[in-house]
Amino acid sequence: MANPSATKSRKPGFLDSRSPTALLLRQLGRRPLTLIAAGLLTAVVVIALLSPWLTPYDPMKMDILHRLKPPTAAHWLGTDEFGRDVLARVMLGARLSLLVSFLVVAFATVMGTILGLVGGYVRPLDGILMRFTDALMAFPDILLAIAFMAALGPSLFNVVLALGVVYTPRVARVVRAATLVIRELPFVEAATALGVSTPRIIRVHVLPNLMSPIIVQSTFIFAFAILTEAALSFLGVGVPPTTPTWGNMIAGAQQYIRQADWLILFPGFAIVLTVLALQMVGDGLRDALDPRLQKVT
Amino acid sequence: MFTYILRRLVGMVLVMLIVAAVIFVIARVIPGDPAAVMLGSAATPEDVAALRTRLGLDQPFLAQFLIYLGQIATFDLGESIFLARPVTQALAERAELTSFLTMMSVGIAVAIGVPIGIVSAVKRGRLVDQGTVALAMLAASVPSFWIGLTLIRYLAVDLHWFPVAGYGPPDASLAERLRHLVLPAIALGIPNSALILRFTRTSMLDVMNEDYVRTARAKGLPPLTVILKHALRNALIPILTIIGLTTAVMIAGAIVTETVFGLPGVGNLVVSAVLRRDYPVIQGALLVVSGLYVLINLAVDLLYAVVDPRVRY
Repeated sequence: MANPSATKSRKPGFLDSRSPTALLLRQLGRRPLTLIAAGLLTAVVVIALLSPWLTPYDPMKMDILHRLKPPTAAHWLGTDEFGRDVLARVMLGARLSLLVSFLVVAFATVMGTILGLVGGYVRPLDGILMRFTDALMAFPDILLAIAFMAALGPSLFNVVLALGVVYTPRVARVVRAATLVIRELPFVEAATALGVSTPRIIRVHVLPNLMSPIIVQSTFIFAFAILTEAALSFLGVGVPPTTPTWGNMIAGAQQYIRQADWLILFPGFAIVLTVLALQMVGDGLRDALDPRLQKVT
Repeated sequence: MFTYILRRLVGMVLVMLIVAAVIFVIARVIPGDPAAVMLGSAATPEDVAALRTRLGLDQPFLAQFLIYLGQIATFDLGESIFLARPVTQALAERAELTSFLTMMSVGIAVAIGVPIGIVSAVKRGRLVDQGTVALAMLAASVPSFWIGLTLIRYLAVDLHWFPVAGYGPPDASLAERLRHLVLPAIALGIPNSALILRFTRTSMLDVMNEDYVRTARAKGLPPLTVILKHALRNALIPILTIIGLTTAVMIAGAIVTETVFGLPGVGNLVVSAVLRRDYPVIQGALLVVSGLYVLINLAVDLLYAVVDPRVRY
């Protein structure tokens, strides 16, 4: 793909080193779409973090005189049924939706990695763990999440817990499969022969090699978590309606669908944009991190 | 073949046993006494005690689970607290709508995903291919409930092409009822077409490089014959697998779509049961849907042999 002469003529710098990060960056540099998506994602995160300083409006402040106003120069995305600025609320929604999904990813990644490593290393437990993940994966995501929410009751923390449990098997599966391969590789065998303890082998030799599949899987789970959280909140069984996540904003706007379509459109665009960027980054990372996939389109 | 089916059925029973255990545990992690929660704050302690006995909640944990398994084995899913009828009956009453909705959505997803996936594979690397791959990713990023709401707003409210919500009057004709399902089926079908499209494309790309496809081309067969008869038939197994999986996902997706369109189906039953904490209904619906999921996967595996005569069980 890359022009060999161009590579040669370039001055040796960081990107020519053989460090994994440099290799990854070089791979990503060949994928402009992934870079655009990563940029978009960074923008969403920055907007979410800086939202209070980016808009003059308070997302919670009501202004009944200016309720249900379509987008204008003053209110770029219009106002909602209480006269609150939709742009400010979509930005606050970004904060909440990203926070929930980030916590879900963190939960699922940590739990999934632990369970996957246990499955890959402790043979007697492997069968039980895998049948259990089978059973959890025999439910479609949204249904299992609804079941947990029914048991736990609606709250932000419970959404994190429910979705975390729903997505843990996905990480556990990937980690277990990769662990089974890595533990048979010559360098692990060598380490074992040298008398390195199992915990140290896992930490120094196995975990670093698991990073690529874990990162790729986490990116996709991030995207799924945003969609599922939005669906749960929309159904009224997720984050309580007073907390303006994107899903809740759309749910609340349903009754104004005839008068004020912007209330539904803009939070929806925010979801689509973020999830799309995440999936594109996930795809790009998967291709960049897995050399075997590079021949296949 | 027969022994294979038998073996798969036994395996299925095992998975369902674990599934039942998971459902049972979920229903028991509810904070507080389910009987008290179900009856609300106005209930007297005697009422709660009576309900506890009726639901078998005063038995030991393991005994409760065995009773639960016995009930499942006899297709007894218990009694809905709020609807005052057996859960199986409540599910059966709403099964028609949800199965129509799922079938229509699968139809739409397949009608979008398979042909476009084939074209994309044939035109590999060209603008059409890159465009469809991007579109598929976009479709997979859109929440189905949001597509539903935008369809309602523009096609139903503004253009009056389709009814806004509901399933028509009780005596509505079949055609009329199906007309109410068109928008919901589109809303559910579009996001799910993405995965089918991508699998069709990848699977077709794999077989397009095979020798027999090159031979067929070299013989001078018309391109369409080569694509449909030589390539597609051999690419069908992964495609069927993903269609089966998507079908199961759509049954669950119907929960959300039915809520958007105010459709009185199984999904709607589940959501109202969650909001009213009607646990027997939630448990029953979970069990039936996951059972369907496992059954669909089995059906797909058996279809392999029909599609590909090389597959022998």
